[in-house]
Amino acid sequence: MSDELVKAIADMQEEEALALTKKLLDGGAEPIAILNACRAAMEIVGQRFEKNEYFIPELILAGEMLKTISAEVKPRLKQSVDGKKGAKVLLGTVQGDIHDIGKDIVSFMLDVNGFEVKDLGVDVPVAKFVEEIKTYQPAVVALSGFLTLAYTSMKETVEAIAAAGLRQQVKIMIGGGTMDQQICAYAGADAFGKDAMAAVALAKEWTGAK
Amino acid sequence: MFTPPANWRDLPARDRREARFAAWMALDGKPMATPAAQATFTRHTQRVKDIIDLKKPDRVPLLPFMGSFFAIYGGITAHDVMYDYAKYTQAWLKYNRDFQPDYLVFSGAFNPGKVFDLLDYKVYRWPGRGTPKTQPFQCVEAEYMRADEYDWYIADPEGFYMRGYMPRAFAALSGWAMLPTVFATMELPMIPAFMIPAGLPPVVQSFKAFIAAAEAALEYAGASGQADGQIMAELGLPPLPGGFTKAPFDIIGDTLRGTRAIMMDMYRQPAKLLAALERTVPIAVQMGVGTATGQNNPFVFIPLHKGADGFMSNADFKKFYWPSLKATLIGLVNAGLVPYLFVEGGYNQRLDVIADPEIPAGSTYWTFDKTDMQAVKRKLGGWAAFGGNVPNSMLHAGTPAQVTDYVKQLIDTVAGDGGYAMAAGAVVDEAKPENLHAMFDTCKSYGVY
Repeated sequence: MSDELVKAIADMQEEEALALTKKLLDGGAEPIAILNACRAAMEIVGQRFEKNEYFIPELILAGEMLKTISAEVKPRLKQSVDGKKGAKVLLGTVQGDIHDIGKDIVSFMLDVNGFEVKDLGVDVPVAKFVEEIKTYQPAVVALSGFLTLAYTSMKETVEAIAAAGLRQQVKIMIGGGTMDQQICAYAGADAFGKDAMAAVALAKEWTGAK
Repeated sequence: MFTPPANWRDLPARDRREARFAAWMALDGKPMATPAAQATFTRHTQRVKDIIDLKKPDRVPLLPFMGSFFAIYGGITAHDVMYDYAKYTQAWLKYNRDFQPDYLVFSGAFNPGKVFDLLDYKVYRWPGRGTPKTQPFQCVEAEYMRADEYDWYIADPEGFYMRGYMPRAFAALSGWAMLPTVFATMELPMIPAFMIPAGLPPVVQSFKAFIAAAEAALEYAGASGQADGQIMAELGLPPLPGGFTKAPFDIIGDTLRGTRAIMMDMYRQPAKLLAALERTVPIAVQMGVGTATGQNNPFVFIPLHKGADGFMSNADFKKFYWPSLKATLIGLVNAGLVPYLFVEGGYNQRLDVIADPEIPAGSTYWTFDKTDMQAVKRKLGGWAAFGGNVPNSMLHAGTPAQVTDYVKQLIDTVAGDGGYAMAAGAVVDEAKPENLHAMFDTCKSYGVY
């Protein structure tokens, strides 16, 4: 029956997915099995996104379903399942830019792909990134920006990370509306990703995660 | 203001457009002070008219959409742009004098901060009010229309806007939520009851704020009108674009529901969303007609947001985004107007859909950002004027030589048959002055037919 749940989530059948979750839990299913079904479904969603079958509406709806199902499941969990998170990613929209939709989708896709994500939000000061790299020790830093006005902030952020002597310990990716390869080179980042799955692929490549 | 001739109702769309162009291009009543400025005005208006008519003009028109570049170049902050009209005017004059663009492009960056302060506007943040003083205004999405309010909007969009949306979007107008429907004025005995809520303290407060903001807007109109009048007088640059409207999907998705919510509505309540989109078409048309007529300008600017490649599947684009946009475009064309579509992001997957034969050839202008221009030429050439695609990233991080090559390559490969304009992919904010000069100079010299 948890195969049905995987299918319902992956096929965007929201009502069915939530009904199945309740039914499974009431029937005594292990909460962890439900979460595993969610993970399997998200893998399918990610694959369909990569194949241009799914787009932003599907990622957003999948995220909503996951949130609702987790809220159902979490109170029944005997122990925390946060222990097996993978490599750390520090994420934020650069200084002066307050756009968050793309960043949130990247955060979500990294999270469901097993990364531990710390999201610093929007309009993140350059110094905040530097300070967080020191304390949080991420392997990857992901800079988001929607506006062309974020070009300079991207560059300043990467420069500040280098000036603090931290550049060698992190890989830096940039992404968002008006970013491209040219701005990646200009900012001194390691890579530009065009969407959330590209961010996941880069993070996996850099950290050796599967 | 454009005054339609007496026989307007009987005129076909084409003649209506000719009448609007003639009024826009007329020298009478325009501020051009010298014969040289008048000649420039005539040449530049004709140039853009030629491309809409899919002809070869004297040269490729230069149509970048200017954003806050002029402020950075002029050494003033985004805050100055919105609050200090004298500084704004100086920077705006300097940019136009130094760069000599073809048109006086409406500046999206120049808006009166005082008006938004007085209204306590919530939908955007602006310099000093949520963004740093050096960064221009930005939109903050929220559900200003709740998921269960589609029926209200569909039944009475203007009533919803007035009593639902506006009290939420403008904290200073929260009293408007108490206003009754204006239909309650239809008989003498009903009028006192209609007037009573307007006398209650919260509503009185809201109207006071409304009037104060209106006065500030008028003050701003005077200042910006003077600045633009001076540029027209001196340089003869025609103002472009004139009117403004949006795609119905973006009207609902940008500031009513927000991206997340409208995309869930596509799954959770598609029928309501589709009904609301259809209901929005006459509103979008009316907004474009009203603003363009008020500006005496045949062009209606339409930025496209949420239908770009990657936002949704082509099937969803055809179902949710395109039908109401297409109906809006046809409505504008029938009113004698030229939709000026500002296509943000990539539209490579959408070209086959938008090149719709039901939209008459030679009636629209499309400016693209990250779309393959060869494909654009193949699909849109001979049907609609197009332009754009000079990368904003290159204008900022590239070199003048790179920009020159890019502009030449665009002219060589897609400008040959006319119906083409040179423009940056997105609004020009951060850019190196020398790169912008390279773009302008190359277009002016190399773009001659």
